Amino acid sequence: MRAFASLVCGFIFGWGLFISGMTRPDKVLGFLDVFAIPRGAWDPSLAVVMAAGLAVTSIGYALARRWTPLFESQSRWPTQTAIDRPLIAGAVLFGIGWGLVGLCPGPAIENLATLSPSVIIFVIAMAIGMAAHDLWQARGAITTKRNLADATTADG
Amino acid sequence: MANFTPISAAIGGALIGLSAVLLMLLNGRIAGVAGIFAGMFEPQSNDRAWRVAFVVGLVAAPLAAKLVGLAVPLPQLPTSVVTIAVAGLLVGFGTRLGNGCTSGHGICGIARLSPRSITATAVFMVAAIIVVALMRHVVGG
Repeated sequence: MRAFASLVCGFIFGWGLFISGMTRPDKVLGFLDVFAIPRGAWDPSLAVVMAAGLAVTSIGYALARRWTPLFESQSRWPTQTAIDRPLIAGAVLFGIGWGLVGLCPGPAIENLATLSPSVIIFVIAMAIGMAAHDLWQARGAITTKRNLADATTADG
Repeated sequence: MANFTPISAAIGGALIGLSAVLLMLLNGRIAGVAGIFAGMFEPQSNDRAWRVAFVVGLVAAPLAAKLVGLAVPLPQLPTSVVTIAVAGLLVGFGTRLGNGCTSGHGICGIARLSPRSITATAVFMVAAIIVVALMRHVVGG
């Protein structure tokens, strides 16, 4: 049941990205290109996607806080609170990659359905980047007390 | 703002929110795609099934769209394989180091009013905006 629920959620998520146009890198870049604002060519769609997504999620999460999940013994809310260097550095690196091509993980994975060779290369590189991070972290290169391996504390 | 599509953006955004809420209500999990995807490859993972299922659902959506006759355009990406690979590496490494992506921090995290996620989202947005500005208006001319 858990996997089926997850499948349905992934499917709805995928429809959301598809309908909103967020699977299209040109549309994402059209938002990130702030120099287009004075030219009147800016595309604020991504901001609307986020606003609508946040409105629904905020209300839904407020209810979910008082709810035990149907197919799990407990909800796994993220527990980390520190605004530390890995958070900032990670966000910078992710932002650079996102700006370079206009793909973040959701749309990248979803676009595998198009069998675009470029997307396949991107997703393989993304998986290698993730694995590289986890290997580096496992070798103790991060000297702070973070425990990334514990998925229950991850933000998302 | 010729390209602005507010209605489809609002509907799509609401669906993304619905998915995030359902995943929490049903499975007690945050709908962060980077985290869900990365967790599939963890060797000691004992919860791979729901992660794989989410990814399958995600990929199935455009296939279903095609089935019902909607146009699923090929994503427009840079022609340089190097750029694509570097971007992929940065997105993968960065989302792991920063513990989240556009969905995990940008939607789920901000909806929880998490200062970590609000900070991360502001930082990756600004970084991406700077990169696009440099690529389009400085390097690309």
